[in-house]
Amino acid sequence: MEEININIKKKEYHNNKINQSHKAIENFNLKIPKGEFCSIVGPSGCGKTTLLNLICGLDKSLEGEINFGKNKNLENINIAYMFQTPRLLPWLSVVQNVEVVLNKKKINSNSEEILSLMGLKKFLDYYPNKLSGGMQRRVALARSFASEPELLIMDEPFTSLDEPVANLLRKMLVEIWTKRPTTIIFVTHDIKEAIFLSDRIVFLSKSPAKVLKDLKINSPRPRNIENKDIEKIKNDILLKNSTILEGEI
Amino acid sequence: MNNNLLIKLFSLICLFIVWAILSNVLSIETLPPPGEVFLTLKEELLEGNLLYHLTITLYRVFLSFIVAMFIGVILGIIMGNSKKFNNIFDSWNIIFLNIPALVLIILSYVWFGLTELAAIVAVSLNKIPNVVVTVREGAKAVDRKLLEVAQIYKVGRIKKFFLFYLPQLYPYLIASARGGISLIWKIVLVVELLGRSNGIGFKLHEFFQFFDIASILAYTFAFVIVMILIDNFLLTPLDNAANKWREN
Repeated sequence: MEEININIKKKEYHNNKINQSHKAIENFNLKIPKGEFCSIVGPSGCGKTTLLNLICGLDKSLEGEINFGKNKNLENINIAYMFQTPRLLPWLSVVQNVEVVLNKKKINSNSEEILSLMGLKKFLDYYPNKLSGGMQRRVALARSFASEPELLIMDEPFTSLDEPVANLLRKMLVEIWTKRPTTIIFVTHDIKEAIFLSDRIVFLSKSPAKVLKDLKINSPRPRNIENKDIEKIKNDILLKNSTILEGEI
Repeated sequence: MNNNLLIKLFSLICLFIVWAILSNVLSIETLPPPGEVFLTLKEELLEGNLLYHLTITLYRVFLSFIVAMFIGVILGIIMGNSKKFNNIFDSWNIIFLNIPALVLIILSYVWFGLTELAAIVAVSLNKIPNVVVTVREGAKAVDRKLLEVAQIYKVGRIKKFFLFYLPQLYPYLIASARGGISLIWKIVLVVELLGRSNGIGFKLHEFFQFFDIASILAYTFAFVIVMILIDNFLLTPLDNAANKWREN
């Protein structure tokens, strides 16, 4: 995959009962180069998840086009998706949960290695319901990377975790992304998280969603989430655009 | 656990004591004491044809069970997934759910003759609607979010069905299998009584004509014991295996 080109003219939901349409996305254009960690920040209900579902093909009805470069389309591109909840299969063990999404070729080499990287070596044979919320996310993260995706989509994957656990997972994400580079689209409403993680932050407007602001984060890696730099960048952004998190400028 | 077993055993013994006392007090031919029944059971087992008839009946039970579960599960999944199919077949299902077992058996024998096929069809038709109702509820309750995971990672159809879909139905499958097997064997006996020349039902009919209550009870016990064994050593372990991940 070279780069992702997202050109959405319009995405509408039609409610048949009251015969009304709701415009979720309008005139949305975004280009994401290969290997970039791109965060998308927007107010809740602005259409972020809708956008992700369009990109990964869970939702196929749109006016517009999303392409992944030459000779690449939804059918032959390797996409991974980490959802808001871990979405593990409760009847499979940790290692089986990772292997279940892999082709036969990749099973041996990848899954256990990545799970060890996530600090889960001792828990390979545990069932998900025996693990804490944070550990379940680690399994989900391992599953996402084990499939060697060309594009990894993450939809607020660390919400509903307490801060220290979420921070640990963010560090793990950066670590594994450094070892196994891929293009990441990371949706969040936490601007600090976005600054810590990404190369670039795209701010979305209120619904219907379009690009409000496109920011490069040039802070050198490795970064430290407790570091003042992150705080400073965040204050800078908010000072210049105080209402940007509400989806207005 | 041990305590539970003791209580169960105790209550079972009580039942036999009540039976023995009743039989003694009334002292009528139509209620033989437990001892006599067990003696008959032993004789039938060693010298009679009990094992032969038991095997035949068990064979019919299993065949009908498999046919009924197979068709019922497929219909249940289809109807749970598609409103259209559900609308088409729901009224059929309600009709079959409410036709008395006896009517289905008689019609089956009339249409297909007094054959093995007719027997199996009659029993299966009685059970299928129940399976459909249970499995349909399960199919409706399936978590689409887990299926999306399979879709994203382009998991193959067969793997998706067996690892992402079917496990979500296990509790419903086990429930309908459990209820199914006990319903089926009761119907099988009626089917045998009405139109077969072997099997427990046929023998019961014969004993009934001679008013041989001891033999009727002996055959009943033999079969109940076998069915309890099946539940304990086949269905329960299956259930436990399917629910292993729920344990704490």
